[in-house]
Amino acid sequence: MDTKKIRLDYQVILNIIEPEKKVLDLGCGNGYLMFLLAQERNAKVQGIELDEKAIYRCVEKGLSVFHSDIDSGLSEYPDKSFDYVILNQSLQQVKKIEFVLREAMRVGKQVIVGFPNFANLKARWMLFFGGKAPISKSLPFRWYDSPNVRFLSINDFRNYCLQKGIRIIKNYNLGKKKPVKFWPNLLALNAIFVIENGGVKE
Amino acid sequence: MKSVGTVKTEYFTFAQSPNELKLESGQSLGPITLAYETYGALNQEKSNAILVLHALSGDAHAAGFHEGAEDPGWWDDLIGPGKALDTLKYFVICPNIIGGCRGSTGPSSVNPKTGKPYGLSFPLITISDMVKAQKHLIDHLGIKKLLSVIGGSMGGMQALQWVASYPKHVQSAIPIATALKHSPQQIAFDEVGRQAVMADPAWNNGNYYDATKPERGLAVARMIGHITYMSDKSMEEKFSRKLKAKNFSFEFTTDFEVEGYLRYRGDNFVKRFDANSYLYITKAMDYFDLSADKLIPKERNSDLRFLVLAFKSDWLYPAYQSQEIARQLKVRGVDATYCEINSTYGHDAFLLEVEEETHLIKHFLDKTFRGYTIAR
Repeated sequence: MDTKKIRLDYQVILNIIEPEKKVLDLGCGNGYLMFLLAQERNAKVQGIELDEKAIYRCVEKGLSVFHSDIDSGLSEYPDKSFDYVILNQSLQQVKKIEFVLREAMRVGKQVIVGFPNFANLKARWMLFFGGKAPISKSLPFRWYDSPNVRFLSINDFRNYCLQKGIRIIKNYNLGKKKPVKFWPNLLALNAIFVIENGGVKE
Repeated sequence: MKSVGTVKTEYFTFAQSPNELKLESGQSLGPITLAYETYGALNQEKSNAILVLHALSGDAHAAGFHEGAEDPGWWDDLIGPGKALDTLKYFVICPNIIGGCRGSTGPSSVNPKTGKPYGLSFPLITISDMVKAQKHLIDHLGIKKLLSVIGGSMGGMQALQWVASYPKHVQSAIPIATALKHSPQQIAFDEVGRQAVMADPAWNNGNYYDATKPERGLAVARMIGHITYMSDKSMEEKFSRKLKAKNFSFEFTTDFEVEGYLRYRGDNFVKRFDANSYLYITKAMDYFDLSADKLIPKERNSDLRFLVLAFKSDWLYPAYQSQEIARQLKVRGVDATYCEINSTYGHDAFLLEVEEETHLIKHFLDKTFRGYTIAR
């Protein structure tokens, strides 16, 4: 498969995950990322998804998926039963952030979190000069049809990790087509963090 | 959609003396006849066999038409050429359970030792006894490993029991609208059904085979059953408060359409079902319990695949019971997909939500058949 044609955030996640790993994708949608991980990395993947139609798409791909919301937790999974737990573009839709992140770090050795950066320049511009809730490539929804309940920036997430004793292992900041090197909190559309429990504060 | 066409029920007899089937209760049963039907062809490797397991009132006639019959088998929507259980690809087997009354040995069968119907001298049977008998049939057909075991309601219990009893002989399981064990509410409904049968004077402690049958009692049991198979919403859509006549009769006749429907269903049921079988089968369902570690024991590694299905409006086998099955599989690291299909039909949905079930089951079976192993 030509990995160049794959969405940038998927490319980044594919590069993070080494071959033959066990992966849980929270909010896996139609299962495309899981499919890629299985194909390209020979990963053992399973997902959790709330949307019934998305589950059909997963089953078509031969994937294994559990119909549930991620807010209700992962109590059935033993500690560290996955190498990676992925929360890509689903964190902003989670109501119980602390609980879900703690659960993800309990069942996974490392957690990959991807979210749209609310402090992106275009979002700021629209809010400041337009006086309107921002709509951009990474925040494509209008205020009344957005599934997002959390609006956070890259700096917000960094501060959160610092406060909660979460260790940031890697951080990738993404623009439209390539990574962003300078002023990510201003210029990046999306961010991807690899985190683990620092064991300092619970 | 195409049909498998005209089909015939076949019979397999085993457990002749002295090799009677040892039952969970400690008693023995034999000889045993199983009525069964097959659709499609077994491939050379014998790797395409799917066992379909029926619910409380079902039978071996799952698909196609019996000679001269107008109505097809009970799961014809899902079994046939190009359907979810594609008979062009798979060999589908559907046996009638032991304890039943549709061709397999049950309380209405003649006990060869006495020359009379068993009645209550028929031993109590369990879901695991039903499955044990089915294993004899599968051996007889020369099948080492089933591609899948599938069923709804009590059929789902049998599918789960296959996994527990013969894990090496199944590749995948599709339990639909079922549970690892009956809740007190489910046992309670079964007990009311049994009491309705036993309260009928014609029941006569199960001795009615040469007299009047306990038809009223069994019909009432079936009426209760039908209420639990529907949902508040599906009953509203189907009947609302529609009357059979223009006005109230001001008599105790069937004023409302829902009354007429239940009576019709009850009266029809007694024509084809044995009251004692109803008692035995509901008891077997109540005894069933694969909770805790009994489905897949802790020490066992399982490479089975599961597709667990539930329906939103099913209040007799609520979705939480299916989630419990899926959860237990996750704890064991077993490859399992769980989906709660949005339906208003209640428990009956497993017979009615054809499109959704077809989509999920078809792809799941296809991937299983081709040896897909993404999640393991």
